[in-house]
Amino acid sequence: MSTVATQQIDEIKSTPWSGGHSPFEAEYGKIMMWFFLLSDAFTFSSLLISYGALRFSSAVWPAPSLVFQSFPGLIEKDAPLVFVGLMTLILILSSVTMVLAVEAGHRNAKKEVVNWMLLTIVGGLMFLGCQALEWTHLHGEGFWWGHIPNKETLQEFFKQGVPLLQQQHSSQQFANLFFTITGFHGFHVFSGVIINIIITINVLAGTYQRRGSYLMVEKIGLYWHFVDLVWVFVFTFFYLV
Amino acid sequence: MSSETTNVHTDEVGHPAEHETMTKKKIVNVFFILLGITALEFFVALVLVPRHLIWQPIVNPFYILLTLLKAFFIVAYFMHLKFEKIGFAMAIILPILFIIGLILVLTNESHYWIDLRKTLLG
Repeated sequence: MSTVATQQIDEIKSTPWSGGHSPFEAEYGKIMMWFFLLSDAFTFSSLLISYGALRFSSAVWPAPSLVFQSFPGLIEKDAPLVFVGLMTLILILSSVTMVLAVEAGHRNAKKEVVNWMLLTIVGGLMFLGCQALEWTHLHGEGFWWGHIPNKETLQEFFKQGVPLLQQQHSSQQFANLFFTITGFHGFHVFSGVIINIIITINVLAGTYQRRGSYLMVEKIGLYWHFVDLVWVFVFTFFYLV
Repeated sequence: MSSETTNVHTDEVGHPAEHETMTKKKIVNVFFILLGITALEFFVALVLVPRHLIWQPIVNPFYILLTLLKAFFIVAYFMHLKFEKIGFAMAIILPILFIIGLILVLTNESHYWIDLRKTLLG
């Protein structure tokens, strides 16, 4: 009788939620990184949804295929999406090198982790460089927080016959939202590059080899993929829609 | 009794290889899926839309669908969420659904704004 009771207790104790070990079988820091990313997802969605609401509430909006039709430094006109396509490719590729660094970390292959991390950092810096060019180009046309181009330049972004007041109104909203949202995303990329550099230095110093696991690479990897994820949405809502 | 529990514990932590995980081949596969979806978006934006080969009202929903598909591949495979415990995956995914609420509220609100603007500005 008493042995049956003990067995039942043992059985109950082996379920994930009966205590003794993490029910999620994930490390504390990794779970916290996920919850931080969840909160960051809310921040970015609030920004993007505000953009959507302001855009829906405007009768007109500067056409993305006309605003973003240049490849800074190479092509002045009629190349919509080409430059931003390059930026998207760079960021997806740097996400791939990041996941390869995580994969190498699982095998405790220090040298491979370093190589993939360095490529990820290069990808991040290239993306930031492209964004700097994009911002400079738009700034050169007259867009900035609280600033819009003059009448003649503005007309290039709209169909003929749209009243100037409507053009100015929507362009102002577009400029503020564009620089705020891509700026906030770019700041995330910048932070990611800095953290990647710190992690790479730690890898080189052998910190994770001594610890016996490259879990930190996995955690910064989560952050980096999230930045890529946000860009996928920014790309769709600013450049495609 | 207590040593048994400890053994079970180390067994679970000590063999992460038992969980399904990303191999190099899978990573490359996911990359090509993401690249393919992006290429499809470009094809729609640069070829179909300018030549009016696609019904205009479905263009934006189509873009959004492809974006969500890309998001799924990044979160499920690159961020490894598909291979986490289901309870943890739900703890992350379910709160995201609140965002749908904000989208509905602000879409509704923006329609009110545009009507208001029409009434005030004529």
